[in-house]
Amino acid sequence: MDIPGPETLTHGPNVLSHSPNTLSRRSRGNSPPGAPPARGMTRRDFLRACSLLTAAMALPLRYTRRVAEALSQSGRTPVIWLEFQDCAGDTESLLRASHPSAAELVLDLISLDYHETIMAPAGKNAEASRLQTMEKYRGRYLVVVEGSIPTAEGGIYCTVGGKTAVEILKETASGAAAVIAVGTCAAFGGLPAAAPNPTGAVGVRDIVKDKPVLNLPGCSVNAVNLAAAIAHFLTFGELPAADDLGRPLFAYGHLVHDNCPRRGYFDTGRFVEEWGDDGHRAGWCLYKMGCKGPRAHHNCPQVGWNEGTSWPVGAGHPCIACTEPGFWDTSTPFYRWMGEGFLPATTRSARPLPYLSAGLAAAGAAVAAGAGTAALKRQRKKAAETPAREGS
Amino acid sequence: MAKLVIDPVTRIEGHLRIEAQIADGRVSEAYSSGTMFRGFEIILKGRDPRDAWIFTQRICNVCTMVHALASVRAVEDALGIKPPPLAQILRNLITAFQYVQDHVVHFYHLHALDWVDITQALKADPGAAAALGRSISEWPGNSPAALKALKEKLQAFVASGQLGPFANAYWGHPAYRLPPEANLLAVHHYLAALDWQREVIKAHAILGGKNPLLQTFLVGGMALPVDPNSSASLDAEKIALLRSLAGRAKEFVEQVYLPDLLAVASFYKDWAGIGGGVGNYLVYGELPMDPSGDPKSYAFPAGVIKGKDLSRVHPFDQKKVTEDVARSWYEDGEGPRHPWEGETRPRYTGPRPPYEELAAEGKYSWLKAPRYEGEAMEVGPLARVLVAYASGVKRVKELVDAALARLGAPPAALFSTLGRTAARGIETLYVAELIPTLLDQLTQAVKAGERKIHAGKGWDPSTWPKEARGFGTMEAPRGALGHWVVIREQKIERYQAVVPSTWNLSPRDARGRPGAVEAALAGTPLADPGKPLEILRTVHSFDPCMACAVHVTDPRGQTLAVVEVQG
Repeated sequence: MDIPGPETLTHGPNVLSHSPNTLSRRSRGNSPPGAPPARGMTRRDFLRACSLLTAAMALPLRYTRRVAEALSQSGRTPVIWLEFQDCAGDTESLLRASHPSAAELVLDLISLDYHETIMAPAGKNAEASRLQTMEKYRGRYLVVVEGSIPTAEGGIYCTVGGKTAVEILKETASGAAAVIAVGTCAAFGGLPAAAPNPTGAVGVRDIVKDKPVLNLPGCSVNAVNLAAAIAHFLTFGELPAADDLGRPLFAYGHLVHDNCPRRGYFDTGRFVEEWGDDGHRAGWCLYKMGCKGPRAHHNCPQVGWNEGTSWPVGAGHPCIACTEPGFWDTSTPFYRWMGEGFLPATTRSARPLPYLSAGLAAAGAAVAAGAGTAALKRQRKKAAETPAREGS
Repeated sequence: MAKLVIDPVTRIEGHLRIEAQIADGRVSEAYSSGTMFRGFEIILKGRDPRDAWIFTQRICNVCTMVHALASVRAVEDALGIKPPPLAQILRNLITAFQYVQDHVVHFYHLHALDWVDITQALKADPGAAAALGRSISEWPGNSPAALKALKEKLQAFVASGQLGPFANAYWGHPAYRLPPEANLLAVHHYLAALDWQREVIKAHAILGGKNPLLQTFLVGGMALPVDPNSSASLDAEKIALLRSLAGRAKEFVEQVYLPDLLAVASFYKDWAGIGGGVGNYLVYGELPMDPSGDPKSYAFPAGVIKGKDLSRVHPFDQKKVTEDVARSWYEDGEGPRHPWEGETRPRYTGPRPPYEELAAEGKYSWLKAPRYEGEAMEVGPLARVLVAYASGVKRVKELVDAALARLGAPPAALFSTLGRTAARGIETLYVAELIPTLLDQLTQAVKAGERKIHAGKGWDPSTWPKEARGFGTMEAPRGALGHWVVIREQKIERYQAVVPSTWNLSPRDARGRPGAVEAALAGTPLADPGKPLEILRTVHSFDPCMACAVHVTDPRGQTLAVVEVQG
């Protein structure tokens, strides 16, 4: 194999010239853009990653071969990752990805051509990397956005290279195949958009109107879902099916509450009452400590974090519904419970039911509560509409 | 005199712009500008102080727990709440794992490419690279087979024509000095560190539910229950896993990070004379090894060093912290203010985007200029190591002296870009060595029957005084972090965070004196001003975190900013 010397990799600030002898042109030759990339992963690791990605996309495992074929044939799809009003939490999530790992994802499966936190070049050379990919792969690259976009005062609250975030996003998205908004800030405005939204922060869909935009909210995004969303795009050539908030159903189709391992305690009225009490240590339900799982759409309980090591409720803290638009205003105060409206009618008495007599008590309570079904619905509706900010 | 602009500065967190005047091949004046603003303190006003840590944690998530801890400490200080010893131990463990993971990631993934030329690795002999690896470390990963496979992988990557994040860098720059084999070894460890950090930080998932963005802090303690007999709590199995992760953490630091650091440093000894800066160092103190939280037991003692004078460590007094906005995009008040008193309004007076240059004469940054007794300070690993060294902390002294001896350098070499980068490695080992002690404390407490993870008292807002003010510190991996809070009628009245990168990346103040990075850049030699690699070295040695650095306090009303756009 002809290995180019370092000079072919060295670009001064004038890299925009696409001279015919630049490495990328030459080595790609006449091969189509979908030519198999050189891979560093072993076949075994690769197939393992594909099967896990297939599972993460909530597809039957028989799709694994299709995923593997797509990933080995699609070449490395260029990705431009833009950071605006962000905290790098989603970037850190990316670095915690396990199957595939960050290195496999970035070096073997996609081509992460622009990512300010990771990339080697700086300044004008970094800008050149973005512009080159936009030109060379027009219509074929993915844009990932992290952080909200400030619109107030002409966009002066976030500039990169002297350009506003709004301008950079519009320019970069214009040639993209699709845009993925990672984290709640990019998806819905997130924390910067929390009241009183000092900088006029918005999510990607408020700026990009003419491209498919997938939202992967979460504070931060779970790397499992990011990898799965990218794999879905590479496999099927389109973004996965999404709900009306643009969130893929494979990851956001169910309530945290409905898949919570502590759900049984909720249903039988066993609640943590104080931090560190017997119920807390035994893993009882955190609803009364402020858990917002009943209004959070996410696969957090199923996939967990850090290769499934744990998740917030598993570590004893309430869910804050971080995947929901406006959660900074609607989930707060975080430690205030959402009231009796969400509770099963059988457990309305604040006291936990004794386990053995639970069935009996439930039967009695159901009769008592039967007449109040309409009232219950009203209560639930009210709790859902006005869950927050009593103290602020 | 030529003007040079680097924007974006990459391989940092957040949005940083450096403008520099160049004369005779050197930086004569440097200007550091933060170009992103969110307004955390405005958003916090009126909210439940017990929620504040979840908000402030989102200031930055590269070191993902520091603002959470500073915030709960500030609110606890205001309300007179003392977390139980078990909670203190858990917080210490989270902090210690954060240091180790974060510093390793900084060295390999944010800083190494300033010293390592990946393209030179393609010329390396893998066998010789393995031999070099074995000569500096017993780490088993440096096998000839592994390095051969890596070289082939790199060759294939380059041949693919898609260089991804490695395209367009300053490869081949004359300031790169490592031999090909050292470059190949470094790339090997760059990838190994990427896998290692993912494993080691599972300690945070065990202790905090997840990383990034741990979710078990509480005002008054921790939400992670501890019970050896319950799998829903921190039990024996999870503690055993923490021990195993602590072992892996220490092993990598001892066998990979520090040997690499010293080996790379030996090729760049002239950088012990570049990038010194203000020479004032500030440390709030961290890791109370006594579970009562007693500051006297800090593994990193608090203190101030002035004018590079290691013979004297001055006590730290939070009342001497002020912030100045003379050169920042805020309305001028009545001079520098203490964070509890700060009254500032954003007022953008820079050029209308898109712009080529910021006016260096006037205001030029969203960062304010924090000062201590009116002086610019450097914070971070070098400050902590110097204060510990000058305070006579035995283990730190041993490690510093050993590193200086290895490099044949005097203590004065520490006041430099190289010294800053070395101090980070030294404190990483120091902290990695403390983790087993913290785990011993945890097991002893559990064995003694301690289960209390939360103070209980003070959780109910109806028990709070009508007005309270508090101050919480945290030595973040990047340096001294302080949160100031004023609580009135159960709500946040005023919130202010003065963060490490605001100290380090500060713009000039009313008297025109530069911040730490600006001062450190002055005099930096540039082999090729078109490729300012040398500037990146010094900027990265501070490990800037710009998302942290920009904030504002207490606007009057909701119309946030007055914008006066030039041109």
